[in-house]
Amino acid sequence: MARVPRLRPGFRFQWEPVQDCYVLLYPEGMVKLNGSAGAILNEVDGQRSVADIVATLEQQFPDAGALEGDVNDFLRDACQQHWIEMS
Amino acid sequence: MTSSEAAKTVSNPHQAGPPLWLLAELTYRCPLQCPYCSNPLDFASTEQELTTDEWVSVLRQGRAMGAAQLGFSGGEPLVRQDLPDLIAEARHLGYYSNLITSGLGLSEAKVNAFRDAGLDHIQVSFQASDPELNNAVAGSRKAFDQKLAMARAVKEAGYPMVLNFVIHRHNIHQMNDIMALCERLGADYVELATCQYYGWAFKNREGLMPSRAQLEKAEAEVQAYRQQLAVSGSAMKLIFVTPDYYEERPKACMNGWGSLFLTVAPDGTALPCHSAKLLPIDFPSVREMELKTIWYDSPGFNHYRGDSWMPEPCRSCDEKGKDFGGCRCQAYLLTGNAVNADPVCSKSSHHDRILAARRAADHATAGIDELTYRNADNSRLFFRG
Repeated sequence: MARVPRLRPGFRFQWEPVQDCYVLLYPEGMVKLNGSAGAILNEVDGQRSVADIVATLEQQFPDAGALEGDVNDFLRDACQQHWIEMS
Repeated sequence: MTSSEAAKTVSNPHQAGPPLWLLAELTYRCPLQCPYCSNPLDFASTEQELTTDEWVSVLRQGRAMGAAQLGFSGGEPLVRQDLPDLIAEARHLGYYSNLITSGLGLSEAKVNAFRDAGLDHIQVSFQASDPELNNAVAGSRKAFDQKLAMARAVKEAGYPMVLNFVIHRHNIHQMNDIMALCERLGADYVELATCQYYGWAFKNREGLMPSRAQLEKAEAEVQAYRQQLAVSGSAMKLIFVTPDYYEERPKACMNGWGSLFLTVAPDGTALPCHSAKLLPIDFPSVREMELKTIWYDSPGFNHYRGDSWMPEPCRSCDEKGKDFGGCRCQAYLLTGNAVNADPVCSKSSHHDRILAARRAADHATAGIDELTYRNADNSRLFFRG
């Protein structure tokens, strides 16, 4: 079964022009995301699998090489933080 | 506002960053009478509340400046009939909006309507884990059942569930019951906020402050519960706020004066935190000035930015960049001068006042019925003098 990540209820991901970065917003809190975390979460839509996301990012960043390890590490961390969940 | 005013650039002498957090205190009206309310003692003297259009303007200006988190608070924000319109505007502007409510005046229909308008989160406050104590603290006979029903409705509607309990000497023994209640309700976040002493809570400090023994027991219970949650894989987060009065170093209050937080009081007064109204400082109103000018250039907001205002022991302290000398309101309430080091700090020459409060807490006997309840009648006593 393909693993599909999605944001947990109550979390919102958006671009903040004043801060010039992606952020994750949740009840009374905000995480500023670095470039790679922002790029990964930008692909998390509750529809596409981890494999699809890796493929999309590898297309977007052809010079970055294989991204599967980085994406998996980040998503595991995001799960542990309870930002996202896998179905 | 004239066009020349709108085009005016700000000088921002302290290179302050943008206000990322906007707290909209929509009203001081509230059906509850909690004796630890952080509203000003003289709230009943507040002049006319901002209109819907004025609030919409505040929201737009704040968002343009970079505010991303928005709190609707009070008083009880539900008494404002225009709340659904403000929620919709907030969503349209891209805020993450939080409704901070007692749950009184809420209904399942409103919970759903707010969600459809784009509200992100509803925080329901409780006073205790059982109806008797809850209602005694809240000064309301039916509060607890309504709160339970509304907490369930919030969950049902798909919001994250955030429950808030203000902890003091009369409910601190209920820690385990409170956490178990929250787990049963399916809470995502639980704020166990030990009372901080501003506003009505400062007035009632002796009757509210737990003893060190009570506090240590409560902390241990929270720690044990956290471990239990980790073992069961629960995502419920327990946020335990330790009271300043049992610290040896002050908190970095509001992450620094005028650094992230901007509060707008019901009458439009702009404040660096919701307690700052008690300071003898002239804070500007959003009715008179653009929010950008208020934040970056007004004397009120620049008052305690940077560190050139600090006297000793803060001035030469190697921790001043970390805690900014603590809380200005606490310094003012306990020493009569807001520039002093927060007396919570053991380096403060006024630290004995904190120690005296701790000793008093070891011997306090006052019952709940002896507290001064937060209501308009009691409030009028404060501003009439």
